[in-house]
Amino acid sequence: MKSFLAILLAALVLAAPALAFQAASLPDIEDEVMCVECGTVLSVSNSPVAMQERQFIRDQIALGKSKDEIKAALVDEYGEEILADPGTGGFNATLWLVPILVALVALVGVMFAVRTWRGRTPADEPELPPPLSPEDARRLDTELSR
Amino acid sequence: MRVFWPVTLAAALLVGLLAYGVFSKGGDTTLDEAVAKGERPQAPVAALPVLGADGSASLADYKGKVVVLNVWASWCDPCREEMPLLQKTHERISSQGGMVLGVDTQDASGKALEFLKEVKASFPSVRDRDREYGRRFGVNAYPETFIIDRKGRIAALQRFPVDQAWLDKHLPKLLAEKA
Repeated sequence: MKSFLAILLAALVLAAPALAFQAASLPDIEDEVMCVECGTVLSVSNSPVAMQERQFIRDQIALGKSKDEIKAALVDEYGEEILADPGTGGFNATLWLVPILVALVALVGVMFAVRTWRGRTPADEPELPPPLSPEDARRLDTELSR
Repeated sequence: MRVFWPVTLAAALLVGLLAYGVFSKGGDTTLDEAVAKGERPQAPVAALPVLGADGSASLADYKGKVVVLNVWASWCDPCREEMPLLQKTHERISSQGGMVLGVDTQDASGKALEFLKEVKASFPSVRDRDREYGRRFGVNAYPETFIIDRKGRIAALQRFPVDQAWLDKHLPKLLAEKA
């Protein structure tokens, strides 16, 4: 048992650097960066600048750079706007805040609606019709017994 | 009909954001209008990294000169086509206190330098990697060219490729002006 654990530990230690190094590939990167001129994700653009960006990524892959290093190099060349992830600064903050606000408003709305429904009194329910007179009861019995 | 106020508020917020998104993307035409009226608005100034060299440069470094400021990128075909004319212009006006200054924008610097070498461009270029500087000139396409007078003011602008006739129309009188 001890030897098995030792082998497992050694395997994990040896595998750690490989796991930490994220292998780079063009398809993996081009859907996380933008075409800087077209305002679309690079993977769906074929404009001249997109071609240049793609070539830049291929050159970086050929140099053996990791995905993170390539994204950093892209930012160096083209600026922060090249990243498809909008970031959290300035106006971009609204992209993260608006869904939270909408969810909060919806939650408040649901709570408000539940409170309203629970607060309703039986008087709000429709009134029952008056009881049948003896004559009507007799006629009903006659009809039902047919 | 009873309107549920949180829904109304959320809808108003979303419409506001959409409107902001649409209108903030539009090009700024303030400079175009001013220049068309014969005014000379002050050119925006920013220190930008020099392409292919250490350090930075800005329009302020060239005050007293007539600067043909050209916004270009190596992936832009019209920019590549007009570059020989700009180089020729730079050579022609250098002795008269004029120069061309390139603003290489949203471009891979290696490719940009390769291209400048190919066309034997000798004028300096600065890097505006995310078009932050260009936006202050209302740049929304490439190439765009601005002629800055000796006092650092925009005297003429062209939102598409320049030709000899446009340069001849503006440069001689601006070069003749005193600082």
